[in-house]
Amino acid sequence: MENLIHRHRNASALVAVLFLQILALAIQIKRPAEPGNPEAGSIRLIRLWVVTAVTPFERGFVNVAGLSRTLWSDYLDLRGVRQENRALRDEMERMRIERAQMSEAASQGQRLQTLLGFKQQFISQTLAAQVLGSSGSDRSRILYLDKGSHDGVKEDMAVITPEGVVGKVLRVFPSSAQVLTINDPTSGAGAVLEKSRLQGVVAGTDAGELRLRYVMVDEKVEVGERVLTSGGDRIYPKGLPLGTVAVVKPGSDLFFDIRVEPAARLNRLEEVLIVTQIAEQTPQTDAAEASPRRAAEILSQRLPGLPPKAADASVAGAQPQSGGPPPKAPPETPR
Amino acid sequence: MALSYTSREGIEVHRFSLAASVGVPLVALLMQAFLPARFHWFEIFDLPLLVTIFFAMARRNPVTGLITGAVIGILQDSLTHNPLGVFGIAKTVVGYAASSLGVRIDVQNPGVRLGMTFAFYQLHRAVYFLVWRGMMGKPLEWHWGYELLAGAANGLLAVVLFVALDRLKRRA
Repeated sequence: MENLIHRHRNASALVAVLFLQILALAIQIKRPAEPGNPEAGSIRLIRLWVVTAVTPFERGFVNVAGLSRTLWSDYLDLRGVRQENRALRDEMERMRIERAQMSEAASQGQRLQTLLGFKQQFISQTLAAQVLGSSGSDRSRILYLDKGSHDGVKEDMAVITPEGVVGKVLRVFPSSAQVLTINDPTSGAGAVLEKSRLQGVVAGTDAGELRLRYVMVDEKVEVGERVLTSGGDRIYPKGLPLGTVAVVKPGSDLFFDIRVEPAARLNRLEEVLIVTQIAEQTPQTDAAEASPRRAAEILSQRLPGLPPKAADASVAGAQPQSGGPPPKAPPETPR
Repeated sequence: MALSYTSREGIEVHRFSLAASVGVPLVALLMQAFLPARFHWFEIFDLPLLVTIFFAMARRNPVTGLITGAVIGILQDSLTHNPLGVFGIAKTVVGYAASSLGVRIDVQNPGVRLGMTFAFYQLHRAVYFLVWRGMMGKPLEWHWGYELLAGAANGLLAVVLFVALDRLKRRA
């Protein structure tokens, strides 16, 4: 063996160095647990390899054990099966009812969440930064900025220019930060079309272009329409320009293939703004307007000639006895 | 075996000073990071690859060549947001191949330099493509037009760059 290695010294060194790097790479990278199913999560490649190598043996043991257990339980020991079956059926009925109740509660919860969570977002603080350089690779759309953690920069902060969105802070170093631009294939931003309000996701491609994904082919999308951030990703504030629809064509599946021309000049950036603070504000509503009113009160306002009831008169106090107050304009819808 | 900056092979073997061995790859990496941010078209060039090829062919020692490629590649990886080792593996293979081939043919000829750089560029991209798609399972398309053009562009730059770098050579 030693002779073999010594005789092929150079090739052995190549194999050793490659092996080390492949091993290091396998420790770092993650692959989808189920190819084609992004919801299944991801797993480290080294784990995938080890599991792939080990599981066939484990499966063999389990199959043998399962076979013997099946032989015993399905053919030899069938005591109490009918009773268990009855109990399971009852359990299933009970769970069906519970499921229906929970489904109703969940939808109600979602409605309430939507109502309570409605907040206006606006950029309250930005930090100007200079672009130092890039990754230098067409497979990694990365920019380096001259501001870092010492300046208050944190991961996942949005990076913009007056023209539009640039990307988000990926990693932060003491005096510099790494920014993943929106045209990187691993990048993504919640998007909405300005006029049609259709929602989608803007993501990059291998060629460094922008694509608006997940817009169904039965919708109407016009070339030239502006694409804005939807705010749904919790990184980019709502309403920032991402780009303009450049090409619309049917994709390979149920969605359009929409090419978006970026609003920011991603290839020629010198200075950018890091969004260091996004303020959220609940729209102000008049307490009196917001408080529930009885139908009779509304009627008394809309129909000035209707005489108020005696009980109402005592509550109203100083209100005029005839006529009532002039009708108010409806509360303004928050935009 | 002690590794040194000096190649121990036969004819036309060169060595480099420590400053050149460390400084040239670092300058190449710096320029590769700096220039495409200002001049987008510069992205077509791969200066770290050209430096890898140059050192590997000049030293003509496969072990030194592959280690040079591995170090430069990993440094280049560290500038990206991708896992460390993608460029590392590709440049290790190129460093090994360039130094192995450098032993057999005259690498001073500009035509040979152009052709070899073109071929090594394609090899580099092919290995990168394999690692990216096969190992990492990420989508990547091979555009023949772009790859051939980029290979030719890097080959032409190599002819000029290698002449400049030849001045750093010392006969072993």
